[in-house]
Order: sequence, then C-alpha cells, then structure tokens
Amino acid sequence: MKVTLNVWRQGGPSDSGAFQIYEVDDVSPDMSFLELFDVLNERLITKGEEPVAFDHDCREGICGSCSMMINGRAHGPERGTATCQLHMRKFEDGATITVEPWRAAAFPIIKDLCVDRSAFDRIIESGGYITAPTGTAQEANLTPVPKEVADAAMDAAACIGCGACVAACPNSAAQLFTAAKIEHLNLLPQGQPERWSRVVAMVDEMERFFGSCTNHGECESACPKEISIDFIALMNRDYIRAQFKQRRLTGQKS
Amino acid sequence: MTEANFESHVPAGPIEEKWDHHKFDVKLVNPANRRKFRVIVVGSGLAGASAAATLGELGYEVTMITFHDSPRRAHSIAAQGGINAAKNYRNDGDSVYRLFYDTVKGGDYRSREANVYRLAQLSVNIIDQCVAQGVPFAREYGGLLDNRSFGGAQVSRTFYARGQTGQQLLLGAYQALARQIHLGNVTLHERTEMLDLVIKDGKAVGVVTRNLVSGAVRSFSGHAVVLATGGYSNVFFLSTNAKNSNVTAIWRAHKRGAYLANPCFTQIHPTCIPASDDFQSKLTLMSESLRNDGQIWVPAQTDDPRSADQIPETERDYYLERRYPAFGNLVPRDVASRASKKEVDAGRGVGPLKNGVYLDLTGAISRLGRDVIDERYDNLMQMYERITGEDPYKQPMRIYPAVHYTMGGSWVDYNLMSNVPGLYVLGEANFSDHGANRLGASALMQGLADGYFVLPATIGDYLAPLLGSDPVPTDDPVFTQSEADVTDQVRQMLSVKGTRSVDWFHRELGKIMWEHCGMARSRESLEKALAEIPALREEFWRNVRVLGENESFNQSLEKAGRVADFLEFGELLCLDALQREESCGGHFRLEHQTEDGEAMRDDDNFSYVGAWEYKGADTAPELHKEPLEFEYAHPTQRSYK
Amino acid sequence: MTKVAGELTDAPNVNVPRRKAPFIVTFYRSAVAKKWLMAVSGIILLGYVLAHMVGNLKVFLGKDEINEYADWLRRLGEPAFPREVVLWGMRTVLIAAFVIHIVAAYQLTMINRRARPTQYKSPRDYAAASFASRTMRWTGVIVLLFLIFHLLDLTFGTVNPGYVGGNVYRNLIASFDRVPVAVAYIVANLALGIHIFHGAWSMFQSLGFNNPRYNPWRRTFAIGFAGLITTGNVAIPLLITAGVRP
Repeated sequence: MKVTLNVWRQGGPSDSGAFQIYEVDDVSPDMSFLELFDVLNERLITKGEEPVAFDHDCREGICGSCSMMINGRAHGPERGTATCQLHMRKFEDGATITVEPWRAAAFPIIKDLCVDRSAFDRIIESGGYITAPTGTAQEANLTPVPKEVADAAMDAAACIGCGACVAACPNSAAQLFTAAKIEHLNLLPQGQPERWSRVVAMVDEMERFFGSCTNHGECESACPKEISIDFIALMNRDYIRAQFKQRRLTGQKS
Repeated sequence: MTEANFESHVPAGPIEEKWDHHKFDVKLVNPANRRKFRVIVVGSGLAGASAAATLGELGYEVTMITFHDSPRRAHSIAAQGGINAAKNYRNDGDSVYRLFYDTVKGGDYRSREANVYRLAQLSVNIIDQCVAQGVPFAREYGGLLDNRSFGGAQVSRTFYARGQTGQQLLLGAYQALARQIHLGNVTLHERTEMLDLVIKDGKAVGVVTRNLVSGAVRSFSGHAVVLATGGYSNVFFLSTNAKNSNVTAIWRAHKRGAYLANPCFTQIHPTCIPASDDFQSKLTLMSESLRNDGQIWVPAQTDDPRSADQIPETERDYYLERRYPAFGNLVPRDVASRASKKEVDAGRGVGPLKNGVYLDLTGAISRLGRDVIDERYDNLMQMYERITGEDPYKQPMRIYPAVHYTMGGSWVDYNLMSNVPGLYVLGEANFSDHGANRLGASALMQGLADGYFVLPATIGDYLAPLLGSDPVPTDDPVFTQSEADVTDQVRQMLSVKGTRSVDWFHRELGKIMWEHCGMARSRESLEKALAEIPALREEFWRNVRVLGENESFNQSLEKAGRVADFLEFGELLCLDALQREESCGGHFRLEHQTEDGEAMRDDDNFSYVGAWEYKGADTAPELHKEPLEFEYAHPTQRSYK
Repeated sequence: MTKVAGELTDAPNVNVPRRKAPFIVTFYRSAVAKKWLMAVSGIILLGYVLAHMVGNLKVFLGKDEINEYADWLRRLGEPAFPREVVLWGMRTVLIAAFVIHIVAAYQLTMINRRARPTQYKSPRDYAAASFASRTMRWTGVIVLLFLIFHLLDLTFGTVNPGYVGGNVYRNLIASFDRVPVAVAYIVANLALGIHIFHGAWSMFQSLGFNNPRYNPWRRTFAIGFAGLITTGNVAIPLLITAGVRP
C-alpha cells in the first residue's frame, strides 16, 4: 500500500505549527497506524529530518497514551478503537490521511502530536477515589455487590483516559471522562459515603478546564472503550441532587 | 560494596510466623516523625503507585517520579487475566500454604521460600484492599466475588475484572495515589525520567532525572529511594511490554553498586499474537485465561496447507492434552511455550508465516454458548480481530510465545532493600518472588503486596535511625557529579551524528537476544551473543543518529539512552544464562534436558540466586551466590503430566 | 501543605473560578447546573409552545372561537384574581424561563469557545452530532429574532397593518396576507422544530433522566414533539396564506 500523510508539525507549545505532507510507500495492510508512524520516522531520520513526536506506549489499546485526530475523527474511523489498534487495512491504497493533535485549551500541545493531558489527573485528584487507606479494608465478600451494579461500574471504569472524548467534543468538554470516573465509584456500595462530595468536587474541577456538554454524543462514538453517555446523565443527576442534599441525613434509610 | 550487605535477612522461626515476627522486630517511625522523612519513589505502576500512596497515608513525604505523562499509564495497566489470592472462596482446597507451594513449584525452586510465603499471606489482604477501593471485580449473581482458574494451579483462585484486571488494579492504586497528591503528601513529577542513582557514604540518597519535555537535568534527594520501574523484556525488542518499558533505572542503579539477580530468568508467554510482518513494533498478548476454555492444537502433518476448518478432528494434534493429561491446556507458561516452539520448529506451524499454533475456542463456544464466551473474553476477541483481521468466533486464534515478563531484577533482601542501603526495589524490577518462572496472575499480586504491605512495613527499619538527619542537599558534589555524568551522556549521544536510527540498534539487539538467548539457549548460542552484543554496542556509540536537541521534547533521545542501557544489560543477561548450566523455568539450556525434551534442573549445583556486581565498563562483573534453602516446599522435578 | 489541584497544569481556566459565595451563586456558576436550568426552562418553554399552538389552531374553528379564547386568557383566574393578573403571572414565568435559557446558553457558549481557542485545522468528520445539535445556537437565535418580530406583529401590533387589539383573528389574517411574513413564520417555525428536535431529547440528559428501559422513548418523544409543534405552527401561516378562511 501507499499512503499520503498530512501531519501536523509543531516544534513546541508556543510555535504556530503547520501541516507537512509525507508520502509513505511499502505500507503493509497488517501494520498498525502507529507502526506506520514508526516507518515514517525511520525514513525521516535517514533523511536527517526530526521524527514526528507522538505519544504511545502499550500499543494494545489500554494505556491511553495514543492520541491522534485522524481524518477529523479522534482515533480514526473505526469505532471503539484506539489509534494503536487501528490497522492500515482499514484504509484504501493511495489514501490521503490527515493527522492532527487533540485540540483543547485543557490539552496544550507539547510538540507535534503530543499534548499535555494532566488536567485529567487534576480531576481525579479532586475526588476520584474512595478513601480507604491501606489496611483499613474489611473482608472482601462482606459487602455483596449485585452483578448488574458491578458490571455497570466496570463499564464506566473501562475508561483509559486517552482524552478522545474531549478531542471529539465540539465544546472540548470532558463530561464523558469525568462521568465515567465518578459513576464507576458512585455506583458501587463502597463509593456511597463520598458520593455527594465526590461528584461536586470532580465536576467543579472539570469545569475549570473544560467546556460544557451539549449532548452531541460525539464523545461516545469516539471513545475507544465505547463508554455510554448514559453515565453523563447519571453524573448530572448526582450533581444536582448533591447540591440540594441534606448530607447529614444520608446515613438514614428513609 | 561489602559482602555484609548481601544478606537476605530472612527472619527465623516457622514460615507461617516469619512475617508477623518480623513486623514486630523491625524499628518503627512514630507518626509525628514520619513527615520528616523524604522517600523518592520511581515508577508509578502497581508497585510504585501503591507504595507511594501507602507511604503518603502513613505520613512520609513522598516524591513520585514517572516518565509517563500520568501515573495511570504505567504498563501494569495492560495485565489482562487476573490476580491470585488464597481466599478459598471456591471451597476447592486452596490455602495460603497451597498458593505458596504452587508459586515455589511454579518458579521451579529458584525463589526465596520466606518471601513467597509472605506473598501468599498478603494476597488475601490485597483483594480486601482493592474491593474497598472500588475495584469492580467480576461478581456472581449473588453479589459475591467470582474466580477463574489459571495455568499452574488446580484450584480456582484468580480474581478478575473482565480482561482488564491490571487496569482496574492500577486505577485503584492510582486513585489512592491521587488522593495523597491532593493532600500534599505526595509530589508528582511526571514526564521525568530517572537517569542515575546517587550514593553517598554507601547509602542511596537520591536520583538524577531528566525532564522529558524541557530536557532539564534535575536532582532529587531523599532519605530513601524506591525503584518500582518494571521489567526488562524490551531487551528482546519484540515483547509484550509497552514500547517505553526499559531497564534504565535498575541498570543505572546496578552501575552504582546494586546487584542484579538472575537476569537470565525471562518469561516467555505462550499466548501472544504472532508477528505479521517486519514492521512489527511489539507483540500483543492474549490473556492466558483463554487457555481455560480454549484448546491448543496444530495439524498433525507438517506443512499442512489446509485452513483450520478443513482439518478433521482426527488429523489435529492437541499436543498439550496429549503430553500433559493432568494439566492439559493449563500447564505453566514455560512448559506451554516450549511445547509450541517444538511444534512450530517441526514445521507444523499455522498462519501465513507458519509461526503460530491454534488456540481454539470454537468447541467452548458450541458447548457454553456465545454469550458465556462473550462475557468472559469479549474484549480479547475484539482485540484479536482488530489486530489480525480474523474473526476468532469463526476460526481458531493463532498464538505463539513471546517475551512477556522478567523474573530477574535487582537483588533485594527480605525487606525489599537492595545491597545498597536505602535503595528499595519493588515489583517486577526486583528478583524476589517468582524464581525461574512466574505463574499467571501472580505479577499483580506481587506488585501490590510489595507496595501496599511489605515496603510500608519494612522501610521504617532503615529510616528510624536516620531521625534528625536531613536529606543530602542537591548541591552536594555527589549530586553535581552525577548530574554532570548524565548531561555528558546526553551530549555524547547527540554528538555521534551517525547514520543508523536508535530503533535499528534496538531491533538488531532484539534479534541477537531472541535468536541466541530466547526460548532455548546453549553455550554455543550464548557465546555467539556475547561476541555480537559488544560489537553492536560499539557500533551504537560510533554510528547512532539522534536528531534534535536536548532542550526539547525529544523521543529519539529518550530511546537512545534506554537502548544504550539495553546494549550493556543484554550482555549481562547472556553471561548469567551462560553460567547457569541447568534448565529451570524460563531458562532452558539445550544441553540440559531429558530425553523427551523436558527441562532438567540441577539442584545440587545451581540452587542459588545469582547476583551480579558491576565492576566497571571494562571489567567482567562478579557473581555472588545466595544459596536457596527449601525447608517446606521440597524441590521435585516439576511434572504436569 | 495542601496543594490546590490544578496548579500543576498549564491549562488555563475556562470558567469562573470557584469562590465562596451564596449557594445560589455557586450553583449557577456550574456549567452542569446551567444546563440543568436550561433543561428546566426548556420544559417550561416546551409547555408554552404546545399551549400556544393548541390555542392558535382555534383560528381554524373560526373568528369567534379564537377571539373568545384570547379573551378567556385575560379572564383566567377571575373572580379570585383581577383580569389579566394570572396571565401576567404566567408571562412572568415565561419571561424568566426565556431569560435563563438565553443567558445560560450564551454563557455556556462563551465557556465552550474558551475551552477550544484553537480550532481543528482539518475538517471534522462528525460521527454522532446531528445537524440539529450542531446548529442549536443558530436555530436559537433565529427563534429569538422571530419572537421579537412576532411580539411586534401580534402582541403590540407595531408592524401589523391596521392592528386591532383583542381581535386576534383579524390581526392574524392581516399579517399572513403578506406572503414574505408568512414565509418568515414558516422558516422560523422550522428552526424552532429543529431546535426542539435536539432540545427535547437533550433535556433528559441534562436533567439526569436516564433509565435503560425508557431511554429509547426519549428520542421518540423528541421527534414526536418537534413534529407536532412544527406541523401545527406551520399549518397556520401556510393555510391562511393559501386562502383558507374558516
């Protein structure tokens, strides 16, 4: 196969950057999209040009490092697939492929296709945990968790923190990421004591950096783990309820 | 380094009581004094994140250093199958003692009994801890925890969260860490790579790092340094490890005096997707749990051109079930891997490159129904289809062994402290618990045991006497000298301006390692490797091309430093493989096998931990031996027949 | 030493910083709360457009019917309340809903602009966002401009030829006798329909109404509601201009 790559090159955070066109031939259809970049970079190095910087690590779709806007879609055309798991057999021979970094105020560009996603860490730090210091745990089977609940929590917890939801959202909103993180914990019995404070803290932190949700659903379709926007609704509900909740009474059954 | 530091410090007494006694015997730091101690944790995987979080909870001042952009990205996240724990929830005869015994036996009697027993004891607490943190383990309809079985065990003791157990456990530890960051007990330095260990008066006092974004070289000082930097599988270039996993932290610590133990114990995982072409940048693992329901087979005749569905049952060779009737498809990893290699080498390999064997779930699908298989392996099936373009529900998966985990690592004592006082090494980066072969679902267990429970209990023993002493200031000559060394090496790599890329050297090294020191090793092949590696290294320093500059985000430069270390470390790995004249676990020497090709251990001569001491760039390293004694799990020839 | 989360990040703040303030202020500062308020005000507005349509369709029953209906609106609440008091009460709620809906939308748009100061340089390929969801701001503005014209036309009579207060039927016919005005009404109501098509679905998300059992009905409801309102509202200018005189 042969493809033409139209790649965003930007030397540093304050540089202006521009697209560069590269022709890559001898592309194997079994190659992953990142391997295509490996090949491109090898050739650039041979020619004495600086290779394209891009974040990547596990290359099996779980670490969430890879982050490319491919032909106007976060992680490219295939649903439920991170860039590293996208293979060249999904492209036509002779295709022109445009690759851009994630763009959001919250994700400043570091270089070329690499962005700084540490705003996500700040959201987790603000409340994305269950306070259970090591050693305090009770016997694991003491609190049964209905299977449906555990499954739903796992659906949310599958988030890999890649930022595709933000990249795909026309508003650069981080609702899907934040909702997934909040609802993973808020659905579980273990997460109940901090349920209301968690949702308020995390939403407030999120809103410092990210836009707001207008329910386009782009995030869901870009998510490599296909996390549902149903979690956003649950987060909204928890947030509003938390605002009006008389939290001193939350220990009472009715 | 004095020999006195090379002491395992295993407490006396019956094995069941060692850890309890030890916890009572070690010195403690009182809660009010803990904030006076600064501990540097390098690496944010399961071991590093859990250690940093727990030390933070205890009140120590923790500095967390990771080269990732977020602690959550560490490669622990990619572990799929599960985590073992001796809960005996299945009522199938499991116990702490059985998990201990299985692990020692699975490790082919090359691990330290006391460490393994402690690991088995703590496994139970890990599950409790993780559930309390909100790890969404798989559950039964009654709401209680579910289990699956794994290779090397005849009980069902593996806890799992779909095919993403490592991810969920890491997120649990990361969240606990995030809480400590929020509370100010842990300071996070991301995109920061440790490039040197700093030692003063024989003690570890800090690290020198390079900021991967700005290129700034910076020192961090502390009362103790904890390395939790993972394994070195990437010395083989093609492995299931993440692209950035490397040996640099423990190698540079090694060059500063920390012994490296059993580097030749590398694990080949039997169920990976075979390479498809020369551009392959890494291999992807398919969880071993697939062997629960999958059958492994090859065509009985060599070079069979037919597709899987064209081959009738009678012309298939279910070679694992045939050769190991008791364990069948669930034999330990090393046994399964070598068996696959034997079939492929004999010309019965499948797939376009004839480089795999079939892992067939079609029987299980018709027996259990597609829904059950979906529930158990859906994400694996999807991943397989994405990578290969083949539908595993319709045709059997193709698998082949690949390097996956490294049992060897920094030598540590019972306290997880290396021979360098003040330097602790946790998780895959140390050598301690898995012997010559790790059982499935035990890596997560070890990383979390080390980080949540062992280190927090033992570190006080070292720190308590240091009360009142400040960390060495970072303008001390030991730091400035080390910074200068690091800067020099960076400049040197940039100044070669040769013709070959860093990746080229890495690939070449990988070929040498896999060819000569991979699944099967011999004196001849190892000597070949030992001749080729120094030549390649020499060429690297003469002919590598690293473009760009230090003062910016430069991924080639990062890689160059890591590959430079692999080029030195690979040689030590081969040396270790050469000296170990026996076959055990992941280390298979062609000279030492039984008539039917099984590994032949030599307990009389090799029942020791081989710990290597660095003696300088041009001097051969020195081997120290820590004898292994087995009071409880008596060595027998492993048999899974 | 408690570190404020966020200091470690180079990313700029895009929203009003959270400071201590009375509950209602901190609540309103949240974008999630703004969306919730937009949903609540949206429901009020949906109720209004539905009632408005039902009332106006009386024009097809004849002059007396619709004029009587208009007068009834003014009498509503009598004799407990004086004439027009209840009507003004409803108008107050309605105006408040409008103001909240519009101000929140404006502020959220500004936040969203700040959240992506640099647009993508290559064309986007939307996978889920519909035409309706991406044009909410424009359909919203069209409806607002139309509303102003509509008030001047049929409430204040400023732009209505020979406006007669209280004679709804006459004013309506007079207005729609002008073809361009009728066309404007039709276009504006199509925009309203598109706006409702997304809004009537979106409000469930913003309110947090989510139950797998009913979720498919949310979309059905939005389509049905938007279709009903559009059909009813477009029918009036269309048929009147076409010469239908009940």
